[in-house]
Amino acid sequence: MTTNDSDDVVLDIEGLRMRYGTRDVLHDVSFRARRGEVLALLGPNGAGKTTTIEILEGFRNRSAGRVSVLGADPAHGDERWRARLGIVLQSWRDHGKWRVRELLDHLGGYYARYATPTVERPMDTDELLAAVGLTEQARQPIRRLSGGQRRRLDVAIGLVGRPELLFLDEPTAGFDPAARHEFHDLVRRLADDYRTTALLTTHDLDEADRLADRILILNEGRIVADGTPADLARQIAGRDQIRWTRDGRRFAQSTEQSGSTAFVFGLFREHGDAIGDLEMRRTSLEDAYLALVSQAEPTGAHP
Amino acid sequence: MIDTTALRQGAAQGRIELRQSFTGGELIANLFWPVATLIAVFFLRDRPVPGTELRLGALVLPGVLGMFVALGMLLIAQQLTADREDGTLLRARATPHGIRGYLTGKLTTVSATVLAYLTILLAGGALVLSGFHLGGIRWPTLAWVLLLGLLATQSVGAILGALLTSSRGAGMLSLPVLGLIAVSGIFYPITALPGWLQGLGQAFPIYWLGLGMRSAVLPGTADAVEIAGSWRHLETAAMLGGWAILGLIVAPLVLRRMTRRESGSRVARSRERTLRQVG
Repeated sequence: MTTNDSDDVVLDIEGLRMRYGTRDVLHDVSFRARRGEVLALLGPNGAGKTTTIEILEGFRNRSAGRVSVLGADPAHGDERWRARLGIVLQSWRDHGKWRVRELLDHLGGYYARYATPTVERPMDTDELLAAVGLTEQARQPIRRLSGGQRRRLDVAIGLVGRPELLFLDEPTAGFDPAARHEFHDLVRRLADDYRTTALLTTHDLDEADRLADRILILNEGRIVADGTPADLARQIAGRDQIRWTRDGRRFAQSTEQSGSTAFVFGLFREHGDAIGDLEMRRTSLEDAYLALVSQAEPTGAHP
Repeated sequence: MIDTTALRQGAAQGRIELRQSFTGGELIANLFWPVATLIAVFFLRDRPVPGTELRLGALVLPGVLGMFVALGMLLIAQQLTADREDGTLLRARATPHGIRGYLTGKLTTVSATVLAYLTILLAGGALVLSGFHLGGIRWPTLAWVLLLGLLATQSVGAILGALLTSSRGAGMLSLPVLGLIAVSGIFYPITALPGWLQGLGQAFPIYWLGLGMRSAVLPGTADAVEIAGSWRHLETAAMLGGWAILGLIVAPLVLRRMTRRESGSRVARSRERTLRQVG
């Protein structure tokens, strides 16, 4: 591995294990993320997503395995390392009495010493408020924000130190569809604009599909799939269902995706006009995901 | 070792939190106890204390100053547990130098709140007690008692706040503290109590804070009603200093342990617990 290559790897996890008492909640989790990538850790409740992200954030000690986050072991990360991370949780309701701008300014103050000639830290509060759409709420006490506004503030706080790596744990849990959609646009835009690497956990496939460059599916403490949304659909259940009728009789055939077009062409060449009601269904990402996790319903879910 | 970020950020946090607690509805809540105490002192102003020419009101007021310093212990314990439940502490943990900045801020807020209480009590006392004059106060004595007292009670308060698991627990802490106040000679000379209760009272900082404040505020002859008929400055400094040293050694250890255990899922659990209690 060359130096250049390792500089580019922001997250490097190998053989991560976590055990509570006698129960393993993470077995041999391994994955990597490169600079600028948006990664979704997708899985049903109790799969170990939050445990994984808390270990990477340095909030929880692991049982075994090698973990490198921005080149350091999170269990021993110092303040300088901490300054390069941004963290967005779903359950924050802190600083309710503070005003929006006041808190952003204040927390930004912790990052001032980490500014460099090329990287301005903290981020400009006005710019940040505008980016998350809270300019009008700048002087409001935080406890009076709506749920969606509060979460957007949490994202702004996560970004205030201009992090190289942003963690988002179930960022849209409890959102209505419109708020969720708006939030997805925001995160995507910020990831692009600030070229921040992001790792988010979600149990919502649609969210992972929309936001992530790459999806890791975690089930019962194991990574069961890793790839782009398109990869996953192909890799896991890459077959198409083809249905048709001929002379009033119904037929169905499952084919490899790569062979589907050829199969349909062959069908017409052989039977011509006799073929009717042709229907070809490509396995969706959702099918792939359900196929992976359906065998394993959550057992004694751990958060 | 001086962490300028933590100091600067702590001071900023203290300023903001003080403004919050001395404006609007919180101002009323904050003024309630000192004002209620002044009213009590006013009604005790003419009651004589046997064996002295002192009036009970004048005797109680300085003791009450000491008591309010000690109550800072409850304030810090309650704020620490509440801040742990709503995620403020985890936020600090997620921020570089955040925990030190946060704790500096908390100590600033609570110390300044205690100072505000003392100012209200002193100014109010000068208004309602005819025999009480600010000019008679020995300020250097008041200053060292106050400083040692703040160090002792706030470090102990931080320890309690770190050890308690919920803000309900911190609320219940006020019961034993009220009990201690009762045996600490704040509202009546401790010499009126049986010997074993005097011993109990003297083991804790509240008694010594009261004694030290009386020695700074009352005329020199008023030590007649104290144990051994003396202000016992040496013992006061030793006891308050001892508690301060103990607190300053233990507090960082338990605070570090408390911080290490903070995580998102913990905050989420406490949120669920709160929602259940409310709903």
